[in-house]
Amino acid sequence: MTSVLERLNQGLLACLQASGQVVVLGEDLVDPYGGAFKVTHGLSTRFPERVLGSPVSEAGIVGIGVGLALRGFRPVVEIMFGDFLMLAGDQLLNHAAKLRWMSNDQVTVPLVVRTPMGGRRGYGPTHSQSLEKHFLGAPGLRTVALTALGDPAQQLEQAVLRNDDPLLFVEHKLLYALQAGLELPEFDLQQDGRRYPAYHLRLRGAPPPALTLAAYGYSAELARQAIFDLAYQYEIFADLVVPTQLSPFDDPPLLESLSQTGRLLTVEEGSTRLGWGAECVARMTERLGPNLRAVRVGAAETPIPAAGSLEAATLPQVEDILDAARRLAGSP
Amino acid sequence: MGQASHEELYRGMLRIRRFEETVLEQFPRGEFYGTTHTYIGQEADAVGVLHWLNAEDIVVSNHRCHGHFLAYGGSMHGLAAELMGRASGVCGGRGGSQHLQWRAFYANGILGGTVPLATGMALAEKLAASGRIIFSFIGDGTLGEGVVYESFNMAALWQLPVLFVVENNRYAQSTPIERNLAGTIEGRFEAFGIPVDTVETTDVLTILESAQKAIARVRSGTGPAALVIQTYRFAPHSKGDDTRDPAEIERYRELDPLTIHAERIEPAERSRIEQDVEQEVAAAFEAARADPPADPGTITPALVEAP
Repeated sequence: MTSVLERLNQGLLACLQASGQVVVLGEDLVDPYGGAFKVTHGLSTRFPERVLGSPVSEAGIVGIGVGLALRGFRPVVEIMFGDFLMLAGDQLLNHAAKLRWMSNDQVTVPLVVRTPMGGRRGYGPTHSQSLEKHFLGAPGLRTVALTALGDPAQQLEQAVLRNDDPLLFVEHKLLYALQAGLELPEFDLQQDGRRYPAYHLRLRGAPPPALTLAAYGYSAELARQAIFDLAYQYEIFADLVVPTQLSPFDDPPLLESLSQTGRLLTVEEGSTRLGWGAECVARMTERLGPNLRAVRVGAAETPIPAAGSLEAATLPQVEDILDAARRLAGSP
Repeated sequence: MGQASHEELYRGMLRIRRFEETVLEQFPRGEFYGTTHTYIGQEADAVGVLHWLNAEDIVVSNHRCHGHFLAYGGSMHGLAAELMGRASGVCGGRGGSQHLQWRAFYANGILGGTVPLATGMALAEKLAASGRIIFSFIGDGTLGEGVVYESFNMAALWQLPVLFVVENNRYAQSTPIERNLAGTIEGRFEAFGIPVDTVETTDVLTILESAQKAIARVRSGTGPAALVIQTYRFAPHSKGDDTRDPAEIERYRELDPLTIHAERIEPAERSRIEQDVEQEVAAAFEAARADPPADPGTITPALVEAP
């Protein structure tokens, strides 16, 4: 089996091999350490001039990435924990996301910022968050969420080699250890062929679905477990839609399933208030009007605690998804 | 770049002075959008430093960017049109006064945020072995931003070809430097091992000479260098927001870089230059005024690729 982590590593290597314009920059990513999560392991040995270990300067290295991108390179900046993205917020929102447009399209900023997000490992309030929702509303910045469905290397290569916009590539930490391109014999898995694809899952041979689950990143793994349990424990059948491009928001993948079910359950690991699920519900309500019923599942509105018992209580679990789905399926 | 003639330097500074004065004169007529930050009093910095610019070099400027832009070779008409929100503006009216982009000239209104960009560009040029260098203009106020020091650190650590030019005009908006800055400006560079020179002058010839040395150091490939220019702005931070003591401004008027340099030029020649510049400035604003406003139909999406 090849893990998601190994495929990301191989994907970065392929990017460095494919183009002399690719530069990888980040904290502690030089061998033998090879990065806090080891996504970059071995790369600095192969490409010492283009894989650079940086000081602890998140704003600085994202800004350096912008400067590299403006001068013809394809930089990939690693932010060690997604929580630290806030330090680089000015660079992402006031520089990277605006420069092409405000120059009247005279320049491009093909910058990728990769970062591990998410909790469930007991890292506590400042190393466990899913902060991507704060970036999703920014014009000029594309946000893509890694999934174990499909090939992580391809997802990354698309972002690095075939993308001329600033792009935030969000990697949930718990995906790293999973098998890449999961084999799911119980499911029909379809990929919609978009540049940053959306995946559609349905239990093989199941009756028409009563509701649509939408989730990305590791939450999609929980949602997949949930639709399995819903079918076998409660005889409730559900579709699961897993987008990889979170922003700009793309309606068709969700719309297709919802036009059949009319019931939407969103699952995200960030807090639900003003979040990704809220945007899903708003967009789909605009399209489907009174034919839509919706429920959101997400993290509690508190910081994320370190203790396992507390963390489990604040982050969404499969049980929470099952409860919400049963309410939604049972509602008139 | 060879030696500068007195006339060329005078013309360069006067073009900036008269452009900026015209902006301030005409602002109350409602012809410009937003606000502006003029360069009046600091002209010798841009003209003296950028005299040594090679055609392929890169300039990263800030909110007070008109002088840098004109000294870089940017179009006066394009700049006037940008301030007026015309389609013919440098950035088609999208950027306005403090967001200029033309060839290898980049300006942004976020203080400090441009310094890692300049450093990243220097890394790019070093990796590409292009021989280009980066001129990064900042002011005393920008030294309050943390990302500046992250950038100095990496520029020095990686021996990047960037010249940091600090124009200390002694005020960050309304706040005098004594209330903004602990330690010294030079000490900030020395802490990172970046060679730093200071010129306490508004004489373009002195700036020219110091800049030449600092730039030669950067071109030699040994890493970044810094040049601190102790200067003064005669006009407000932006338009009507000046709380400085008028007597202080008057004292500094004696150090007007144009007055200092004008004495080196034959009166007849000087008069000819002044007439030329008057005409150039008038023509630039007149042409911009006649241009059509930026067309909302030309707005492109914020991302290159559609979903």
